[in-house]
Amino acid sequence: MATIAERIDDSSTLVDLLQRVEALEAAQRGKIARKNKMTIIAWGGDLDRIWPTTILATTAAASGMEASVFFTFWGLFAIVKPGVRITGENWMQKMMSVMNAGSAQKAKLSRYHFRGAGPAMFKKLANDRQVAKPEELIATAQELGVRLIPCQMTMDLLGLKREDLLDGLEEPIGAATAIAEMRDAAVSLFI
Amino acid sequence: MNVITATVDAKGQSCPGPLVSLAKALRDAQIGDLLELLATDPGSKSDVPSWAEISGNELLDKSEADGVYRYVVRKVV
Repeated sequence: MATIAERIDDSSTLVDLLQRVEALEAAQRGKIARKNKMTIIAWGGDLDRIWPTTILATTAAASGMEASVFFTFWGLFAIVKPGVRITGENWMQKMMSVMNAGSAQKAKLSRYHFRGAGPAMFKKLANDRQVAKPEELIATAQELGVRLIPCQMTMDLLGLKREDLLDGLEEPIGAATAIAEMRDAAVSLFI
Repeated sequence: MNVITATVDAKGQSCPGPLVSLAKALRDAQIGDLLELLATDPGSKSDVPSWAEISGNELLDKSEADGVYRYVVRKVV
């Protein structure tokens, strides 16, 4: 059997080899390098969505993964400061904020809400089992370096200002930057 | 002889509590340090090995006694 050196001595083999290398390089250019990173699009502000969102984000960070959460639509209400009541500039935005009380503490259950009895029972059960609540997990996420990013467009739509939202968030971004976050993440979720 | 440098007592905590407590303790540890994690969450039986795999740290030992799971982890990264 001929050695590699002997084989590439034959110029037709060499041309073939170079063509293969070029084809491989071209294929490589279209590939996206995925990082050991998790990106979550936090669309839902319900308790039963924001809870798994914050559990997964903190666990990823605790496992040494880079993690970012992009808060959009109802998810944005979960990162409103606890003390902030009515937000927005016009009556429509204000009405939205009344119907979606801000902060993770006030998040409703998507089912079995029962005027707040559902979340209260959920939190009682969680307390008994020492499951951290979403607002605590948000603080832990920030401590572990999870990047919490608000959606600029939803902020404008709902009339939410930077000062209405929790401290320590990243600069608000748009859809393209959110896609860039997901594009290079090994794990991307929409919750 | 390997000596445990720190013990993380996460007994009573549920997911993701034990892992968050462990990650926080590891931040203060040196590479090569051995940490002991104590947990009562049955989910930790699968979660701690998964965490080791994702994070690149080493799970040296796991055992259970009287409902308490004990894990020994070496900080690698």
